[in-house]
Amino acid sequence: MKDGIKEFMSAIKIKNLTKKFGKFIAVDSINLEIKEGELFGLLGPNGAGKSTTLNMLATMMMPTSGNATINNVEITSQDSVRRTIGMVFQDPSLDDELTGKENLEFHGRMYHMQKNLRANRIEEVLKLVGLEDKAKFQIKTYSGGMKRRLEIARGLMHHPKILFLDEPTLGLDPQTRRGIWDYIQKLNKDEGLTIILTTHYMEEADYLCDRIAIIDNGKIIALDTPENMKNIMGGDILKIETRESGSLDKILKFDWIKDKTRFDDYLNVTVADGGSAIPDILKAASEAGIKIDSVHMIRPSLEDVFIHYTGRTIREQEADSTNQIKSMMNQWGKR
Amino acid sequence: MGQEIMFQDIYTIWLREMLKFVRARSRIASSLAMPFIWLFILGFGFSSSITIPGLPYIGFLAPGIIGMIILFTSIFSGISIIYDRQFGFLKEILVAPVSRSSIVIGKTFGGATIATINGLIVLGISSALGFIDFGIGTLLAIPFMILIAISFVAMGLIIASRMKNMEGFQMIMSFLVMPIFLLSGALFPLKDVPDAMKVISYFDPLSYGIDGIRGSLVGITNVGIITDFTVLLGISVGMISFGTVMFKKSTQS
Ligand SMILES: Nc1ncnc2c1ncn2[C@@H]1O[C@H](COP(=O)(O)OP(=O)(O)O)[C@@H](O)[C@H]1O
Ligand SMILES: [Mg+2]
Repeated sequence: MKDGIKEFMSAIKIKNLTKKFGKFIAVDSINLEIKEGELFGLLGPNGAGKSTTLNMLATMMMPTSGNATINNVEITSQDSVRRTIGMVFQDPSLDDELTGKENLEFHGRMYHMQKNLRANRIEEVLKLVGLEDKAKFQIKTYSGGMKRRLEIARGLMHHPKILFLDEPTLGLDPQTRRGIWDYIQKLNKDEGLTIILTTHYMEEADYLCDRIAIIDNGKIIALDTPENMKNIMGGDILKIETRESGSLDKILKFDWIKDKTRFDDYLNVTVADGGSAIPDILKAASEAGIKIDSVHMIRPSLEDVFIHYTGRTIREQEADSTNQIKSMMNQWGKR
Repeated sequence: MGQEIMFQDIYTIWLREMLKFVRARSRIASSLAMPFIWLFILGFGFSSSITIPGLPYIGFLAPGIIGMIILFTSIFSGISIIYDRQFGFLKEILVAPVSRSSIVIGKTFGGATIATINGLIVLGISSALGFIDFGIGTLLAIPFMILIAISFVAMGLIIASRMKNMEGFQMIMSFLVMPIFLLSGALFPLKDVPDAMKVISYFDPLSYGIDGIRGSLVGITNVGIITDFTVLLGISVGMISFGTVMFKKSTQS
């Protein structure tokens, strides 16, 4: 995936990183190493501890214990770390009354970019996210997707070495989401930017990320490439619909079949490669005179992987999300 | 961190406040009606009941109203950092490689500039209407206006660091801002008030500001404008320092 030398360069090293809010452990002794140039995903349900982890890495929160380095600098050296990272927060952080350009201008100044460099870079990042002709409008006239794109552009303004994206497509419609995926991919593949994103959308992690850490209750419960994760699920599932599922179960004796589960009207067969297994299975069935009504191939998704590790779906917890936001806002105000 | 960088950061924060101020001109223009309502109604209403030796009451009152508009604008400016927190922009500021004291100083200077401009408008119109004389005293009043503004923006920031949202704003107005205003000697001379009230007014930062402005503009003062200036300078520096501590505390987790 990445070339030889880069393989050894770590952009981020996380050691036993822990964050407690009172007695509650939001992030529980996480260990992780992220390579330079990697597009890395933290995948997990609401409240898993993704934002907390990212906020600690971006120097917005102090770890309770453990530590992390970003480009070999301890995150406790806040200003040095801040200079080299770009951060797109989960919640909007633009000034609504200013224009897009003014928001970027402010950012450039805060990162001490010289005037010419600033002007050029503003043009560049606006173009990158396709907002050139919106630059002079106030943010309050932007759509959700446009705001998100501008925030990504802003995160890139000062040429960070690492970009953090906290739920980059949260609440956006599918088409806008697709567009943002393209920008993220472009940044990673064309500009070689190291990107760490969090998401609770399986498809997003699957589509974008080189590697994924699945996080639940503050712990990393799986860490691998999306492909490998899906492979450990044992491959494709063929759902074969037939009235004679019992007889079919008996005659299917291929050694490449990993698993079979019989139901009244259908038989589930797990195989490494569903596409090439279908013809063999159909042939065997017709030779035995078993009538097959339909065959569905189900590719395992990260959702299945999540269920495999936690025994529940990621979305089961979504209903809690509004309460979560409320409690977080209260917490924020208390400090 | 280099001084030059710090200066640049303060300027950046200040600049944003200015940009937002210019954008909200109309809102601010309407807020300027209030001091003139006070000035005209109280000024003419009390003109016969309150007598100031050698000065019509409205000339005595005008410096107080200048102090009032600066007080109100400053406190609100400081507290309105709550909006930055609610709308998330504060995070954008906090994640940047910028020292927390630069942020507090930039915010304070931004709010203070706006408040001072408001004070200058009231000062200008009062002079134009002949309530107060225009002259060297006018220039002398400006440092006092700036120092009041700085002190109270910083006080607003301190209050905001302990406030969740704007819900508590009315409370702050009733139990902090109004007493500060009424006890400052803005509306009546503090010479003849009961001793207890006089003592309290010594702890009111605004009383030194009003006394300094009035001393500069119309030559009436309780403690002398040098004392006023020294005390106010101390209060401004103290408020900014305390504001920085409180801001750091409120943004750490
Ligand atoms: N400032 C805070 N104070 C108290 N609890 C918090 C705070 N921030 C987050 N939490 C709690 O920590 C847990 C993890 O939150 P978060 O990192 O935001 O999860 P995610 O981003 O994965 O949805 C949640 O249970 C949340 O309520
Ligand atoms: Mg989150």
